[in-house]
Amino acid sequence: MAIKLRELTQTPELIAGGHRACAGCLGVNAVRQVLHAVDRPVVTTSATGCLEVTTTIYPYTAWQTPFIHSAFENVAATASGIERALKVLGDEGAIPRKVKTIAFAGDGGTYDIGLQALSGALERGHDFLYVCYNNEAYMNTGIQRSGATPYGASTTTSPAGRRSLGKTQRPKNMTDIVVAHSVPYVAQASPHSWRDLATKVKKAMDKEGPAFINILAPCHRGWRYPMEEGINISKMAVDTCVWPLFEVDEGEWNLSYRPRRKPDVADWLKRQRRFDHLFKNGGGPVLDTIQDTVDEDWAKLLERCGEPPKTD
Amino acid sequence: MRPDTGRVAMTGNEPGALAMKQVRPDVVAGYPITPQTELMQQFAQYVADGESETELILVESEHSAMSAVIGASATGVRAMTATSANGLALMWEMLYIAAGYRLPISTMLVSRSLGGPINIHCDHSDAMGMRDTGWIMLFAETAQEAYDNGIMATRIAEHDQVRLPVMTVQDGFITSHTTQVLSILTDEQVSEFVGIYRPKKSLSNFDQPMTYGAIVLPDFYMDVKRQQAEAMDNSPRFVEQVADEYAELTGRRHEALESYRLDDAQVALVVLGSAAGTAKDAIDIMRERAIAVGLLKVRMFRPFPRVEVAEALSRTRAICVLDRSLAMGAPMGPLAADVAASLVTGRRAPPLYNAVYGLGGRDITIADFEGVIEEAAEVAQTGAPKATVRYVGLRGNEE
Amino acid sequence: MTVERQHAIQPYAPAVQREIHKAGEWHWEDRWRDLPAGGTVPQGGTSENYVTGGWRSDKPIFDAVTCTHCLLCWVFCPDSAIDLDDGKVTGVAYDHCKGCGICAYECPKQDAMVMAPDTQELPQ
Repeated sequence: MAIKLRELTQTPELIAGGHRACAGCLGVNAVRQVLHAVDRPVVTTSATGCLEVTTTIYPYTAWQTPFIHSAFENVAATASGIERALKVLGDEGAIPRKVKTIAFAGDGGTYDIGLQALSGALERGHDFLYVCYNNEAYMNTGIQRSGATPYGASTTTSPAGRRSLGKTQRPKNMTDIVVAHSVPYVAQASPHSWRDLATKVKKAMDKEGPAFINILAPCHRGWRYPMEEGINISKMAVDTCVWPLFEVDEGEWNLSYRPRRKPDVADWLKRQRRFDHLFKNGGGPVLDTIQDTVDEDWAKLLERCGEPPKTD
Repeated sequence: MRPDTGRVAMTGNEPGALAMKQVRPDVVAGYPITPQTELMQQFAQYVADGESETELILVESEHSAMSAVIGASATGVRAMTATSANGLALMWEMLYIAAGYRLPISTMLVSRSLGGPINIHCDHSDAMGMRDTGWIMLFAETAQEAYDNGIMATRIAEHDQVRLPVMTVQDGFITSHTTQVLSILTDEQVSEFVGIYRPKKSLSNFDQPMTYGAIVLPDFYMDVKRQQAEAMDNSPRFVEQVADEYAELTGRRHEALESYRLDDAQVALVVLGSAAGTAKDAIDIMRERAIAVGLLKVRMFRPFPRVEVAEALSRTRAICVLDRSLAMGAPMGPLAADVAASLVTGRRAPPLYNAVYGLGGRDITIADFEGVIEEAAEVAQTGAPKATVRYVGLRGNEE
Repeated sequence: MTVERQHAIQPYAPAVQREIHKAGEWHWEDRWRDLPAGGTVPQGGTSENYVTGGWRSDKPIFDAVTCTHCLLCWVFCPDSAIDLDDGKVTGVAYDHCKGCGICAYECPKQDAMVMAPDTQELPQ
């Protein structure tokens, strides 16, 4: 049964208003959407980052769930401790057994500094959901490049300049890295596709063992698009196949969405001023490389998901 | 064949593991590092044999060990870990956070030098690196003390007037890997002594969802830290309370400070950890040679019992504080600096200097201590130390 | 922008302090010694009492007549600021709405949520 938005409205609002995220923040929106898809008590934890600092400015907290932040690189380790403690308490009947731990982190806390702790927790098989809200740079400290920043993007530490066309490396494929841990559930999601996102969260919550959802979270401060367009930007990322939606459920690859027409990546890039320089002198080869990489990755994904090869 | 109770012969790591088992932590996070490894191996064996019901998380780093323990403790269960040297250094960030969140975590440190160059043997540079992190720190001279501290730490940390993490320290290899005879309690005795830890406020209270680790800005941060400092300052009386109860159970009373032949001493040595035993033997010898020397052993290093230290040393004529670590560029080693500061705020400050010894496991012998005492006795006469910091047991002459 | 409005967006506005006072087991005016231990916030959702509406320059205007209650504005709102009653949109929580405009941009019925310059004073 397809999830209806009306059903999601029946769940409590676990991220209260009055948090201090930027207007139009899709990181917080992604977290809100995740928590609306949750049907049981959860303990939440977050890495240091935008999400944590904006939702917990003392004595205010936006969290209506028990919540802990401890540091940047360790959210999966903190979640490991919570998860085992909940098991102890569940076994002795102090709390319901179905309580689940959810860890949130940005791309910095997931792709880079938190990768070791995440890998360890996945390998150990803790029963938890890890959500990466991927805004493709260190936004909390002011838009520095991360391992998730796209090739060619201008950030404050990979700025475009007379001798630079932005970041010179392609982002690492974090979702694949998680898949390589052979955990029960791995998925990519996008906030514009709320039903897909909620469905994936529900699946992830029902697994016993680690689940990982990588959610693209456009950031208008870092990506430099008008703040009202964030949802549309995420939709275009999916339509251009820059951010394909898929899941790896118990090792089985399923494509969640196949765009009828696959627009040029340039259409997506053009709307974000972090790529402005690519449309000026000398950016052409970079644009070509970006398109080629997306096409290759998309073809590979179609094959993995057992889909017919690309037609357009 | 090792009996469960009474007098046993064990290396220091074994009673560490035994204490960890007997206090029945709900969650333990473990990661191997020399010389602590044996402790965690032994504990893992207890779990494997069904002697311990603890959820053992075998993490991928010490940073994650402390992080997992913080997560578990905040969720409202008893959580522990153990480490050494670089492992503690990797935890460093999380040590502050555990203390700042007022989580009653107890941890065992098997002390080892913090290179470079790398060295796996004992000194206190690891422990000294954490001295300002907000943990109560108890040093053990012997395997017996390591065991006793390991049990008392849980009670101290969880005392509702304390709520601070506790680090119990034993000397790597010197204590952890040498066999000593000690008295142990039964599992039931320990279990009854430490009780069950189930706090009302925690992450597992879904009726009142709380937030740990909010960002506290200048409007509240200093107040929160002042409160933490007060908890630390107030803790000694509760440490003492727990020590009293433990003495009732075992007949072994562990004071924050232990004095040895100090009452009439003109010369005082101050040490931490295993070297106290050697010092006591040297003192006996020098007493026979009519040198009035005594020892002050600091068992509770944090909070530093400054009033009691000043009181114990104020009547002497010379004080030599022995540090098993360096504080590079500082006026003196960490223990010496604390003793000096205590004396300055006390009634009288006798001449004091610092002797650095035993770095990276360099042995300190009775003969070394005799030399130290002779020099300190000279200072008692002249009132002037040869140098603020002396080094014991270097290759060749000190100069 | 009036003086009152400036005042309303100060983090420690008296109205907010009173709210916290009511909601919590600790008091804003408490001395350092009486704050909850460890910098914890002993209850959830206290940010409800914090007004971010003052960040806005444009505000969304909701039209109940044209709204089809598709709820897209609700699910896409980063600020949990779309008011609902039994699964139907009833308006915007202006205390928290920061005026990002996602609701209006994504509204399939373009008249149901429209951005307009915010000239009104904030509720205290």
